[in-house]
Amino acid sequence: MNKLPIRVVLPFHLRNLAQVGAEITVEAEEPVSVRTIIDAVELRYPMLRGTIRDYETLKRRPFLRFFACQEDFSLLPPETPLPKEVAEGKEPLLVVGAIAGG
Amino acid sequence: MSKVRVLVGTKKGAFILTADGKRDNWEVSGPFFAGWEIYHMKGSPVDTDRIYASQTSGWFGQLIQASNDGGKTWHQPGLKPGEPEMPAFPAKAPNRFVYDQSGAPLTTHAWYDGTPHPWEFKRVWHLEPSLTEANTVYAGVEDAALFKSTDGGESWNELSGLRGHGTGPQWQPGAGGLCLHTVILSPTDPDRIVVAISSSGAFRTDDGGKTWKPINKGLVSNFMPNPTAEIGHCVHHIAMNPTRPNTLFMQKHWHVMRSDDAGDNWTKVSGNLPTDFGFVIDVHAHQPETLYVVPIKSDSEHFPIGGKLQVYRSKTGGNEWEALTNGLPQENCYVNVLRDAMAVDKLDDCGVYFGTTGGQVYVSPDAGDTWKPIVSNLPSVLSVEVQTLA
Repeated sequence: MNKLPIRVVLPFHLRNLAQVGAEITVEAEEPVSVRTIIDAVELRYPMLRGTIRDYETLKRRPFLRFFACQEDFSLLPPETPLPKEVAEGKEPLLVVGAIAGG
Repeated sequence: MSKVRVLVGTKKGAFILTADGKRDNWEVSGPFFAGWEIYHMKGSPVDTDRIYASQTSGWFGQLIQASNDGGKTWHQPGLKPGEPEMPAFPAKAPNRFVYDQSGAPLTTHAWYDGTPHPWEFKRVWHLEPSLTEANTVYAGVEDAALFKSTDGGESWNELSGLRGHGTGPQWQPGAGGLCLHTVILSPTDPDRIVVAISSSGAFRTDDGGKTWKPINKGLVSNFMPNPTAEIGHCVHHIAMNPTRPNTLFMQKHWHVMRSDDAGDNWTKVSGNLPTDFGFVIDVHAHQPETLYVVPIKSDSEHFPIGGKLQVYRSKTGGNEWEALTNGLPQENCYVNVLRDAMAVDKLDDCGVYFGTTGGQVYVSPDAGDTWKPIVSNLPSVLSVEVQTLA
């Protein structure tokens, strides 16, 4: 199965935890989806395991969202294929932390 | 010359304060894990350079951090310090706290309305390193459970006999959540552990965690339908002097209590305290009948009476208390001192330390007679521990 280089933008605290910059690149399996990308992120950066999704259920943490190509993929099944721009590395998957109002 | 290292967990990171035995000039390092809630840090008594930390966030969940150099550098257990690698999953999963769901009575606890509610891991409140093994550490968590690691925090297993001993399905969260916040290891009996759970009570095992029993006889909680029920008491903290492991002191929601039989029976020792509501309690390192509390006005007003921050000390094991005010603000002070935010060092004159929700950490190098702030403007302090170093 092919693995494609995928761009991922992490929120501030997860960048610090993984000791990386704003954007990382991982190789995700096709068809590229939130599931395959986060699998790859957790493999390459094991200190992020459990921070984006629950260890056991693999459910997205409630205060995080997934965006790509100006679309919100947070509420779709994580296996949903992402736009080809993400799969081709032209656009990143954005992991975004909720911003509390006030 | 002796040194002390004070480990401070705050709502926005961890700080480490160090001084020599005079405890006069302090070096402050941090913030570590900036922006994260650090519920608790504690060093191993076996290897004082080994420190464990509970790092948590409403966004990103629970992490465990460890240091092997006294807090200079940190890593998640199982991951190479300072750089990522790829350990096999799930053999090394330092952040993975999985409840034993093997059957009733481990499936549910009571929700606020009394209905059954599934157990859900939320965070680690307290880390208690073993007295004999540097790689063994206990974690008290919310929802209330006790976990144990024997590999330095790389993996965790629940001591499920606690939730499963019989009363677990009746445990109900209070305002602070259903948290297991106190873990006391017996220095004389390696199989004895005492824990306390907010709004459920105190519990003890005498067989290393296999079986447990409630130890709440003598506690009276007038807000409960049955004020002397076996469980349901809102224990805020318990302290012990290691030279007298059968004597325990408790700050309950209201009332300061003592037990001289390892928790089997409790007696109220609030005595002349101006209020016996509070969170912290601790015992002098060398005088097992000298104890400290910080009276808080009430459960409705979580601040000192009259805006005067006062530690109260009893040299008689309770009942007779004196206010300690020298060096503490005596006007316009409306901070709180949370349950894990007081500690004592082991130097001859026994230093006492506490942190406030206003970000101050105070030290008394003379067992409470005089106080001064080490730092005054940290984020809200969640926990304070101290290591006495040779």
